[in-house]
Amino acid sequence: MLKYILKRFLMIIPVMLGITLLIFTIMSFSSGDPARIILGDGASEDDILQLRDELGLDDPFFVRYFNYMKNALRGDFGRSYKTNTPVFEEIFSRFPVTLILAILGILIAIFFGVPIGIISAIKRYSVFDNIGMLFTLLLTAMPGFWLGLILMLFLSVKLDVLPATGVGSWVCYIMPSFTISARTMAVIARMTRTTMLEVIEQDYIRTARAKGATEYRIIVKHALKNTLIPVVTVAGMNFGQLLGGTVLIEAVFAMPGVGTLLVNAIRTKDLPIIMADTMFIALCFSIINLAVDLLYSFIDPRIKSQYQ
Amino acid sequence: MSEKFLEIKDLAVTYETDEENVNAVNSISFSLNKGETLGIVGETGAGKTTTALSIMQLLPKEVGKIKNGSIIFNDENLLEKNSHYLRQIRGEKISMIFQDPMTSLNPVLTVGEQIGEALELHNKAKKENINQRVGEIMELVGIPAARKSEYPHQFSGGMKQRVVIAIALACEPELIIADEPTTALDVTIQAQVLDLMDELKNTLNTSMIMITHDLGIVAQTCDKVAIMYAGEIIESGTLEDIFSEGNHHPYTVGLFNSIPKLNDKKTRLEPIDGLMPDPTNLPKGCKFHPRCLHCMKKCKMEEPKVYKKGTKTIRCHLYDN
Repeated sequence: MLKYILKRFLMIIPVMLGITLLIFTIMSFSSGDPARIILGDGASEDDILQLRDELGLDDPFFVRYFNYMKNALRGDFGRSYKTNTPVFEEIFSRFPVTLILAILGILIAIFFGVPIGIISAIKRYSVFDNIGMLFTLLLTAMPGFWLGLILMLFLSVKLDVLPATGVGSWVCYIMPSFTISARTMAVIARMTRTTMLEVIEQDYIRTARAKGATEYRIIVKHALKNTLIPVVTVAGMNFGQLLGGTVLIEAVFAMPGVGTLLVNAIRTKDLPIIMADTMFIALCFSIINLAVDLLYSFIDPRIKSQYQ
Repeated sequence: MSEKFLEIKDLAVTYETDEENVNAVNSISFSLNKGETLGIVGETGAGKTTTALSIMQLLPKEVGKIKNGSIIFNDENLLEKNSHYLRQIRGEKISMIFQDPMTSLNPVLTVGEQIGEALELHNKAKKENINQRVGEIMELVGIPAARKSEYPHQFSGGMKQRVVIAIALACEPELIIADEPTTALDVTIQAQVLDLMDELKNTLNTSMIMITHDLGIVAQTCDKVAIMYAGEIIESGTLEDIFSEGNHHPYTVGLFNSIPKLNDKKTRLEPIDGLMPDPTNLPKGCKFHPRCLHCMKKCKMEEPKVYKKGTKTIRCHLYDN
């Protein structure tokens, strides 16, 4: 098991190399001169040439990539072209907001999604099931930013119970985290329902009934664990996405998260931010993927035995 | 010994789906005494498993409907009981050995947990003793007790079937329904499992319903036999009645003819031509008549009555008076 985890960690290295090379290439060959963007429209040609020289923008592509990676490995990700603050600071001043949102979002999604899915499956075709599935269908189809705006309209503007924007206190997180959890929750609920329906048709559920187990025990002890694999997969993937930032939601609620940072950086060709941010997102994704795979082995002993 | 403790009368089961109604079991009756083993024989789709699931009342909830009849177990009609009562019966008084050991065990629970669960549910042992009792049961069916913390995927097919048997035996039930317990196993393991079940049955004095399509297994393990065809018992009697010469239902004759015999010079087996009738659309009259070699005019019109002689019953027009 330990060997497997180590192997997976080592596999993150080529992933990171691939991603940096890809992003670096795309950004280098896209139009727009960073020096001109930094100095603004009124800058003289001489200043621009001098800055290009300082930033090493005139070096050949591979030299620039090599220099960037050399510095990155030393922990120096450069400074933002725009604000001239170190990239690291820039990202980590914003990451807590994104992290809290992502964790709250995924917890809410699991907390509501799994029970809704289970009850819908057990009471298939009941009123609860029909309403639940219609509700989740609506949530999947609804754009997140729209839901955010509607919530804001009702809860902040009309009823004035929750603050509309900002990150000042924990109440500010209630609306955004519910908004970003909506879609994930709907997907988890539907996934749980489908898998649960499959599981309760299995022979081993009949075996449990033949022992005289109560329906509650059958669901909780015999069916639930067998249902979790696809649910964990969906939850993990969504969590990774949320950690990358949710641009639209951050914009709606005016929250300074990493999503907004990345979009602004792309717009201004702020290469150091783009590079560091994508690397960071890729790293988060890789680690969450690993965590999900490890979680599988706790859920299903058959998977665990493959890791030996 | 001869106390009647399970009696099934006129049981009829239908699977109702949106498109069609499948008449899986059509008015069957049989009884079982303490310590006896009844073999239910028939082709796939004859209604054997449905009969077994009806006794346990584990038919698929939405589609399986018991239309008629009674299932009297220890003087109580199980069909009139609520689910709480049935849960107490299941696993403790009546238990079932399922057909396919590969799918009948929960992949995420250890075999020890699965064997011990019935004990826990029916308070058969104190919490701290369950573990020890599980070990004993495992040794009884020939699995080392040390393997109780292993998962089903770590066991071979034969071992899994032993686990399934161990689950059924855990509470020392009065009746075991074994639904093709050896179908998924190869012949050498089959023999072992049958010996094991026979031995256990004798030590615990349990009654058993052995569902199978293998007449060899019937000869080896049963006291009484019921032969099912298209949801009906077409012939029943003691093991001797069925296996000795004399009057038999043409289907029974056909079954015996399709078994290879060691000292027979014939180069070909004699199968029964045709297929089991479609249970959504059963033929009029005798359900076997389209395949019967002795089919008469009457067979196509009237349902045959039951002909009785001693312990033997045959449902066929050939033996009408």
